[in-house]
Amino acid sequence: MADVVMGKDKCGEQRLVSLPLSRIRVIMKSSPEVSSINQEALVLTAKATELFVQYLATYSYRHGSGKEKKALTYSDLSNTAEESETFQFLADILPKKILASKYLKMLKEKREEEEEENNNDESEDDEVES
Amino acid sequence: MAERPEDLNLPNAVITRIIKEALPDGVNISKEARSAISRAASVFVLYATSCANNFAMKGKRKTLNASDVLSAMEELEFQRFVTPLKEALEAYRREQKGKKEASEQKKKDKDKKTDSEEQG
Repeated sequence: MADVVMGKDKCGEQRLVSLPLSRIRVIMKSSPEVSSINQEALVLTAKATELFVQYLATYSYRHGSGKEKKALTYSDLSNTAEESETFQFLADILPKKILASKYLKMLKEKREEEEEENNNDESEDDEVES
Repeated sequence: MAERPEDLNLPNAVITRIIKEALPDGVNISKEARSAISRAASVFVLYATSCANNFAMKGKRKTLNASDVLSAMEELEFQRFVTPLKEALEAYRREQKGKKEASEQKKKDKDKKTDSEEQG
């Protein structure tokens, strides 16, 4: 089985699909419900994945702040996953990042809130006793 | 069969090339962004396969075929992929047909040659 589907030109000018079919097949078969995959479905899935990579990259670049810097960054991608319905299935694997310092601050604030609640409860008990 | 984590990843070089060709010249892609897109691509394969498989099951088939993949693209809001995919499918079918005819012709020629050798 040819791993790469060759295009019409023998000088390798344009291949039909660049991603290795064997690897695509491994990923597809890791899905438990899938029994078998016909060769055409394999080729189309590989091609669709290439189109997807192009689409994700260009969409994220156009909508991202990286445009001024002429760069595509991780946050452009995670923004896309969060804001676009089409790419929402990626939200779990492209989580937004926050600075560690901000996260620690959030934790601290939460802890202080909980402490305050506990203090209120204790003073209520005192009132009941007296 | 257990797959090692690397086996579910796509080759970095190919992914990088596809990204570069899609973006305007001179745009930098951070390593993190590249790796994220690669992971996203693997997830896309699973997502598309799972959806295509539903269509196969609806049709009471155990083998995923081309039309299942095309139906999945429509279902998952990637209609923009349908036309280029159909073109790719046509090209692939023509190529397969060409290969088949070429190998059949080769066999015919070979048989002819063997016949003439025996006669001589």
